[in-house]
Amino acid sequence: MSIELIKGNTAIAEAALRAGLDAYFGYPITPQTELLEHLAKRMPELGRVFLQAESEIGAIHMVYGAACAGARTMTSSSSPGVSLMAEGLSYIAASDVPMVLVDVMRGGPGLGNIAPAQQDYFQMVKGAGHGGYRPIVLAPATVQEAIDLTYAAFDLAEHYRTIVVILTDGTLAQMMEPAELPPMRERGSPVSKAWALSGAQGRERRIFTSVHMSPEEGEAYVAKMGEKWDVITANERRCVAEQTTDAEWLLVGFGTAGRVAQSAMRAARAAGLKVGMWRPISLAPYPTPELKALAPQLRGCLVVEMNAGQMIEDVRLAFDGKVPVSFFGRTGGVVPVPEEVLEAVERMVNSTREAVC
Amino acid sequence: MLTMEAPEVHVVFDRPESLTEVDTHYCPGCAHGIAHRLVAEVIDELGIRERTIGVAPVGCAVFAYNYFNVDFAEAAHGRAPAMATGLKRVHPEAVVFTYQGDGDLASIGIAEALHAAARGEHLTTIFINNAIYGMTGGQMAPTSLPGQRTSSSPCGRDVETMGMPLRMTELLATLPGVTYAVRRSLHNPKNILQAKKAIKLAFENQIEQRGFSFVELLSTCPTNWGLTPSEAMSWVEQKLIPFYPLGDYKVL
Repeated sequence: MSIELIKGNTAIAEAALRAGLDAYFGYPITPQTELLEHLAKRMPELGRVFLQAESEIGAIHMVYGAACAGARTMTSSSSPGVSLMAEGLSYIAASDVPMVLVDVMRGGPGLGNIAPAQQDYFQMVKGAGHGGYRPIVLAPATVQEAIDLTYAAFDLAEHYRTIVVILTDGTLAQMMEPAELPPMRERGSPVSKAWALSGAQGRERRIFTSVHMSPEEGEAYVAKMGEKWDVITANERRCVAEQTTDAEWLLVGFGTAGRVAQSAMRAARAAGLKVGMWRPISLAPYPTPELKALAPQLRGCLVVEMNAGQMIEDVRLAFDGKVPVSFFGRTGGVVPVPEEVLEAVERMVNSTREAVC
Repeated sequence: MLTMEAPEVHVVFDRPESLTEVDTHYCPGCAHGIAHRLVAEVIDELGIRERTIGVAPVGCAVFAYNYFNVDFAEAAHGRAPAMATGLKRVHPEAVVFTYQGDGDLASIGIAEALHAAARGEHLTTIFINNAIYGMTGGQMAPTSLPGQRTSSSPCGRDVETMGMPLRMTELLATLPGVTYAVRRSLHNPKNILQAKKAIKLAFENQIEQRGFSFVELLSTCPTNWGLTPSEAMSWVEQKLIPFYPLGDYKVL
């Protein structure tokens, strides 16, 4: 393996393929289209399934079918397309079949624009479709991390029989960075899965349905879903902390905004401020205990997002009123720059000092 | 002395292996039960039960998976052809069929149906047309007849505002990916036998990898039509068939 200069979309596609992707179904939408294009070439070369669907609705329900068939399956899209997939995501979650979704977020709402944004944190993290299911949501901040998380996503999806979302944005998807791709994995047979549909040869028939007709049955299913989420929450929290040991102030951001915040944190350190940086990688489950543990040492926290304030709610929940939380965000596809984040840090520090005096 | 020989016992009617031993939830006079049985008999006769995967719709046949003794998936409303595409692409050796009603296939799921057909997916679709939404309680379907009274067209379907009904078999027959598109009816024994032959051809077509096969079956909804079961069978003959002529629209 070697380091190469590779674009985010291509890197995610190739990592998925090397993780043993059996079947991809997708629909073109900017800024994720190169992902689909890469697989359009690579999947048939390897004798695997690639299909450009008639719509995102078609694509997600093809994924649903392929997932029930036991395949390692995936789709990718961007914000408006993901809205169309919300229906299928709910059914897939309710059927306990594994799949991976890559959401390359863009400016919104509506048709919005094709510039990078993080305006779909609520949508993905809180469950895009109806019914209160929870997907695992992973947010990379570098092309290398996107590769590593995508490679791991399929194992996670199959282990828990759940949806795993790689939540990224147009910056990372369109950016080229030096990164290393993982080795090509041996693929398992979809038929070998003890739950998959393949035809009831020499066994009892299997059924996938999301119908729970009696309210009691429905309640029992939701409880089971909750138990699964508890296990996921206990085992799958991921986050990165930098310079937090002596930090009095904390910058929090995920994905691209996390990277911008990291630059701002380093600039703040250079200016003599005791600022640390915390970046959740798993947005669901949220690394709440890890964030909460920092509370006693902090005088203030600044959340940086490429939206009008969404993840900030989970930060406030984690701190439970014990740390003042302020916000800096750019919206509509505008990417914040470290200088303006640094200014926001300085405002936070100064206003807290004034309050103390 | 009179000796009586024991009469030879023949099984003349039995449950197909491809049907489960449970009672259906269908209303008296509904033809879903007939259609289910025909599909199950065909699966038995073709010896494909252990490699068949069915996809159920949303609508009255939502619980079809309870009645067929084969692997089954229950799709979202209208999405059965997309789900079946995913299943079939992963398991090309399996025999995959969708079973869909008129609201499911001709309204909310028309894009999925048309595109699965246009791609020539090796699938078999059984399309139940009873000109009404059954499960939600008798609303207008894309197949409801001009002037037909339903709970959402209480004065009768006004084609000036609601448009004309869709004839799905004729529509699909125009697509190159479709190699078998026929319409049959389930209102009397003769037509039921003809329907079974068509279902069998539609499954054979898939097994021979010849593209998308489509069998429309004119069916009944006595409950929501406000008719008795026998009146409903007559209504199919007198009203539905004149608008939806039976026949082979494409056989390649």
